[in-house]
Amino acid sequence: MSVDIVNADCSADLLTRVEAALASNTPLRIRGGGSKGFYGRAVDGAPIDTRGHRGVVSYDPSELVVSVRAGTPLADLEAVLADAGQQLACEPPHFGAGATVGGMVAAGLSGPRRPWVGAVRDFVLGCRVITGQAKHLRFGGEVMKNVAGYDLSRLMAGSLGCLGLLTEVSLKVLPLPRASASLRIAMTPATALAKFAEWGQQPLPISAACHEGEALNLRLEGGEGSVQAARERLGGEELDAGFWRELREHRLAFFADPRPLWRLSVPVHAALLDLPGDQLIDWGGAQRWLKSDAPAERIRAIATDAGGHAACFTAGMVDSPLQPLPAGLLRYHRQLKAALDPKGVFNPGRMYAEL
Amino acid sequence: MNLLYDERLDGPLTKTDRQTLLAEMRAAVPDLEILHAEEDLRPFECDGLSAYRAVPLLVVLPARIEQAAAVLRLCHARRVPVVARGAGTGLSGGALPLEQGVLLVMARFNRILELNPAGRCARVQPGVRNLAISQAAAPYGLYYAPDPSSQIACTIGGNVAENAGGVHCLKYGLTVHNLLKLEVLTIEGEPLTLGADALDAPGFDLMALFTGSEGMLGIVTEVTVKLLPTPRVARVLMASFDSVDKAGRAVGDIIAAGIIPGGLEMMDQLAIRAAEEFIHAGYPVEAEAILLCELDGVESDVQEDIARVRAVLERAGATEVSLARDEAERARFWAGRKNAFPAVGRMSPDYYCMDGTIPRRHLPRVLKGTAELAEKYGLQVANVFHAGDGNMHPLILFDANQPGELERAEALGGEILELCVAVGGTITGEHGVGREKINQMCTQFNPDEIGCFHAVKAAFDAEGLLNPGKNIPTLNRCADYGALRVHGGKLPFSELERF
Repeated sequence: MSVDIVNADCSADLLTRVEAALASNTPLRIRGGGSKGFYGRAVDGAPIDTRGHRGVVSYDPSELVVSVRAGTPLADLEAVLADAGQQLACEPPHFGAGATVGGMVAAGLSGPRRPWVGAVRDFVLGCRVITGQAKHLRFGGEVMKNVAGYDLSRLMAGSLGCLGLLTEVSLKVLPLPRASASLRIAMTPATALAKFAEWGQQPLPISAACHEGEALNLRLEGGEGSVQAARERLGGEELDAGFWRELREHRLAFFADPRPLWRLSVPVHAALLDLPGDQLIDWGGAQRWLKSDAPAERIRAIATDAGGHAACFTAGMVDSPLQPLPAGLLRYHRQLKAALDPKGVFNPGRMYAEL
Repeated sequence: MNLLYDERLDGPLTKTDRQTLLAEMRAAVPDLEILHAEEDLRPFECDGLSAYRAVPLLVVLPARIEQAAAVLRLCHARRVPVVARGAGTGLSGGALPLEQGVLLVMARFNRILELNPAGRCARVQPGVRNLAISQAAAPYGLYYAPDPSSQIACTIGGNVAENAGGVHCLKYGLTVHNLLKLEVLTIEGEPLTLGADALDAPGFDLMALFTGSEGMLGIVTEVTVKLLPTPRVARVLMASFDSVDKAGRAVGDIIAAGIIPGGLEMMDQLAIRAAEEFIHAGYPVEAEAILLCELDGVESDVQEDIARVRAVLERAGATEVSLARDEAERARFWAGRKNAFPAVGRMSPDYYCMDGTIPRRHLPRVLKGTAELAEKYGLQVANVFHAGDGNMHPLILFDANQPGELERAEALGGEILELCVAVGGTITGEHGVGREKINQMCTQFNPDEIGCFHAVKAAFDAEGLLNPGKNIPTLNRCADYGALRVHGGKLPFSELERF
């Protein structure tokens, strides 16, 4: 490995901290780089920092698998992969310089490429986790296919640290595309949605599709031939590829609006939504960002009517930033939480007040 | 070792009188088709793992979801175990009935409810066959990617329960990667929606947890699958090698070159010969191993990839590389691979298919180890497998009519799986644990991990009524299995009480 990153195994310390927390019934607030602290509810608990536990445990590019400690800076992992011509294809947002791999998996947020290659969840092959019984356990593995036992490692993705303390993850990685092109075509949002639906049924090498302001932005990735052919067919003007990073990190002008930010996750074919504020369409229609002062109930009703859900991405605006669950589902969430974290020490209330 | 449910090891089950339950079922669920006569129950006594059979108490074939919910409510109230079944093609005994249990057959739910080309998804009932989805989507230029070899017959509900794979997983993922939403019933008959029509749903990812849970957490009543645009072209290269080692290394070289083939399959000499005799696919019978590499996508990219893969294969020492000239030859190349199991079946009265998955770099080591183990047990093993994702399918040849051969084949299979675990792999890549690999679970997971699985199960099914005895072994079973396999004087699970 030619990229130099820090390696340190602090799992014993983390385990000791969890043991102590269990013994004294002290809730823990799990943190890595703190870059996604805005997401979910605030946790009242003693901070436990994963960043000492870092580094790549194993990486063989020809296996397309990397195993990495949870406290590893996401930027370090990306540098290691890029050095071998590979990437985390789900393009996770950092939302800050210190973002860690554990935070990426726990938050489960994915970037512009998500509809075409899958979410963070889809790239998790295995994990190690400290449980509510103070045991350091391993689920899943380092192979592409594994159906032994329940899939607890994919369950950890997006669980916001409420089911245990992630210490290590094994992720599927993919080669960087051989060719890439980004383009911009002026059109209305409604036309863009119609185009997304049309193109989605064709084998085009689209890897990102967003409508922002007055124009549709597209990224093409694949072999030289297919990218060039699609570029010629679709027309438009060239777009700086840095746009996708700015979109992923919420650094476009749209996101500077002082109103609260909402994320609406809706079916990819949902029509243009009449939203109370400014919107940006990403994921080929499946993700709509909204800047709005409207009440949560109104925004959620629109998302639900469209077949989706809404989450508030601005901290402290609503009591339940994540869309509340139906009663039946919530009951099983509570039972699952109680099964894996019976004393409720891991990030209590981060996802929902009841968990 | 007999793998039928053993209350001593797998836990006690409620004793239920067939006639009493039949009367209650008839009263509680009007119009429900119920099989109860011995001759009607017999066809349901096993799934694709036909070495193990058990006649269920009753077979119920609901035609409406409310009937399935009512069956579950009654069984929950009476503490009667429920085993769900789709087409019964599973290879690990996941749908093996229980003598004290009801077999809930979901095959009647065979309607495609909605096909949405703009949304690139299909909403289907659980008894819809895997291939039927792709056939229905074909007029729109779309298809459903996961393609287990049983796809003509197997149902999508079963695919979800097993997290089924196929030959295209490396590029297109498993069942879990191709789902949007599940409707399920809990053992209490309570409906839950997992996942969403959107790409994600709030809360824990219970859809991922339920996928591959082998009918132990809930019963799937509806599935919304993702559909993909059908690739414009698919071409297949066949490479011959004079050693299995070289073929194994070539697999890693292709991936290292930055190419993700649509399919990358390997067969060893025994499998090649069997397939060639059966199908006449044009395989080189003198080769020690062949690789089939399918490249799919847009024409220009596929052309580029063919040139790259050909160069990699030649550098890796392939004695011959040939590109299927046309669709007919491509179909023939694949026919040999897809019929490899029945082809091997012609060579031997019985065969036993394993499903371990390993990190690819260990392919040569595991193939060598498998050959040595086969020699030790005096049995032949043919290797046909998904090389691209390290998913091995050693086929153990045996004759069940020869006393002791089945037991020897199972013991050999068990050791092969333990070898897979030893190199960092898993006992099952796509067939599931079911009943077949219940003991090997004790090798792959420690008692605390198994305890965690039981806790998850209890969160959804506190009384353990859904498919008991499958997928997750009891710690008693692991202790008993460990007692048979004492290594170096040290007993695994030594903290457990002994019987």
